[in-house]
Amino acid sequence: MTSQTTLDEIGRQIVLATQSGLPLEPQPYHAVARQVGVSAEEVMARIFRMLETGMIRRIGVVPNHYALGYKANGMTVWNVPDEKVDALGEEIGELDFVSHCYHRPRHLPDWPYNFFAMVHGHDHGEVEELVRRIAGLIGDADRGHEILYSTRILKKTGLRIGG
Amino acid sequence: MGDPGMMDELDRAIVNSLQGGFPVCDHPFAEVAARLHTTESELISRIELLLQNGMLSRFGPMYHAERMGGSLSLAAMKVPAFDFERVAEIVNAMPEVAHNYARDHILSMWFVLATETPQEHAAALEKIGQKTGYPVYDMPKIREYFIGLKLSV
Repeated sequence: MTSQTTLDEIGRQIVLATQSGLPLEPQPYHAVARQVGVSAEEVMARIFRMLETGMIRRIGVVPNHYALGYKANGMTVWNVPDEKVDALGEEIGELDFVSHCYHRPRHLPDWPYNFFAMVHGHDHGEVEELVRRIAGLIGDADRGHEILYSTRILKKTGLRIGG
Repeated sequence: MGDPGMMDELDRAIVNSLQGGFPVCDHPFAEVAARLHTTESELISRIELLLQNGMLSRFGPMYHAERMGGSLSLAAMKVPAFDFERVAEIVNAMPEVAHNYARDHILSMWFVLATETPQEHAAALEKIGQKTGYPVYDMPKIREYFIGLKLSV
C-alpha cells in the first residue's frame, strides 16, 4: 500500500495525545477526547478509521524484549536474489523470533545485503542457532549473510510527530 | 527494572495476548478484563506496573509513520573507532535521529531518521554527511514484511 493520508488538525491532535500511550483509565478514548476538545465518538471513529487505513498498525502493549530476557538482538542481513526477497520475507516474517523484516537496497560493492531480519534470543548462541534455521529456510538462495549485534545504544527516543 | 521471573500468569497473559487488538469502545479495559478473567481496575493497574518496571515499553496505538506522510528510514556509516564519539555526538544532536546504535561491523553506526517529509529526510542525511565527513549509506525500506504479534513469555 502506498497511499498516504494527510492528517487534518483534529487527527493530528489525536496522534499527539496518544503517541506516547493511551491514558490508563477506564475510558481512555473519553480522556483523549477531553484533551483534544471533541466528542469521544469522534475520537473512536477516527481511531477506528486509522486502524482500517493502516495509519495505526495496532493498539496494545509493546513488550520490552530486553527486559523480558531477550538480551541478544542480532540484526541479520542477507544477500538473496531480488526476485526471491518477497517470498522469503513473507516466510521469515512469520517466524516467532523475528521482530522486523525488510527488503532494503544494496550498496555495492561493499554492502551486498538486501534483506534484513531482526532476531531476538536470550544470548548470542541462541541467536546463531536461530540464524541457522533461517539459513535452512533460505537454502541455495543464501549468497551470504552476517549478524550485526548492537554493542551500544547511542540514542533512543520515541518516534514522534512535532507539536 | 523488574524481573521477568516475578511475572504471574495474569502478567504473562497481558503481554502475550494484548500485543494488538485492544478494543476501540467506551470501556475497552473492561472488555479485555472479562476475556482475561480479571477486573477492569486490576487490568489497568497491572499494565501500569508492567510499564513502570520496564517489562512493557509502551501501551497504546502504534502509528505507521509513512502512512501519516512521515518518513522513517535506516542509515549507516563506517565510522572508525578513534572518531566514533565525535561522530556519535553530531548524529545524536540531530532531532531527526530517533534511534542510533553502535554495531560490531565496519559499518559501525546505524541510525533511524524520523521526519515528517521525504525532503526533510534527504536534508538530514546530507547534513550528517557534511558535518561528520563520512558517506552515509541510505537504507530505506523497499518493502516491509508482515510480522505477527508473537513474543511470548
